[in-house]
Amino acid sequence: MHIDPHQNYFELFGLPVSFDINSDLLSLAWRDLQRATHPDRFAHGTAQERRIAVQQAALVNEAYDTLRVPLKRAKYLLALSGYSVDEQQSAMDPLFLMEQMELREQLGEVRQAADPFTALDRVRSEVEARERVLMVELSNLLAPGAEGDPEAAGSTVRKLQFLDKLLVSAAELEEDLVHSH
Amino acid sequence: MAYSDKVIDHYENPRNVGAFDKEEQNVGTGMVGAPACGDVMRLQIKVNEQGVIEDARFKTYGCGSAIASSSLVTEWVKGKTLDEALAIKNADIAEELALPPVKIHCSVLAEDAIRAAIDDYRTKQGDDSSETDEGRKSA
Repeated sequence: MHIDPHQNYFELFGLPVSFDINSDLLSLAWRDLQRATHPDRFAHGTAQERRIAVQQAALVNEAYDTLRVPLKRAKYLLALSGYSVDEQQSAMDPLFLMEQMELREQLGEVRQAADPFTALDRVRSEVEARERVLMVELSNLLAPGAEGDPEAAGSTVRKLQFLDKLLVSAAELEEDLVHSH
Repeated sequence: MAYSDKVIDHYENPRNVGAFDKEEQNVGTGMVGAPACGDVMRLQIKVNEQGVIEDARFKTYGCGSAIASSSLVTEWVKGKTLDEALAIKNADIAEELALPPVKIHCSVLAEDAIRAAIDDYRTKQGDDSSETDEGRKSA
């Protein structure tokens, strides 16, 4: 098994270069490649063969991890077209940031709620609803023929990152609530 | 991660937490966020007729370093002119709070927040002094 290091991650898994991917096909292709590059298969090979196998297995996993997660996939797709999403950019739509602050506030008040789990679910549904809207927006911005506006796609990626962090905080809070009940 | 004593102090006793009415003419509001960590920071300044920042408020959702950076900045901008406040650099904040390299971005966020608040204030003043609207009204 030899992997051409110059092919992009989509090509590696035999998938069309696109934001909307078939995740079943991705998983199947990953499993095949993982088996083919598994270092155990080269246990009796030369030192060089073993080293290459380890590198290829790592590449396959990294590629899978990138394409599997929508935000990573979006950033990778943008990078393929020469645009890198600036994650340090702090200037954003003030209304969006205001909303984020309110959602954070609501999350902070969950503990004091009469029924914290219901309160937590309410905040989480809010966040997930916004996430769905932005995901559709991102998919449209990255659709073939619409690649002309990487700035807009980058901005949507940044917004989705905020929601991602909120959901992580919500999950941590839930963990906490479960343990303290 | 070990926080410095100064970060802990600001985190436990944050200065100037709260909000001004952002509609007020002499208030500038800066909202900034860090996509990589999800931190959101709001810094508000109240500017007097001499162009001096006489008061400041902040609200930050984020890690201890982000909270400390914005808390510190509210103290620092008070009594400064807008230009003096713009001269505050993230390196000064990071040094004062002894932020480790992985937390430098929190001080950058605080510097960006000052900039955004001053921008907002200046835009407001610009709108206020625009005479075209006044002229149209009296015409």
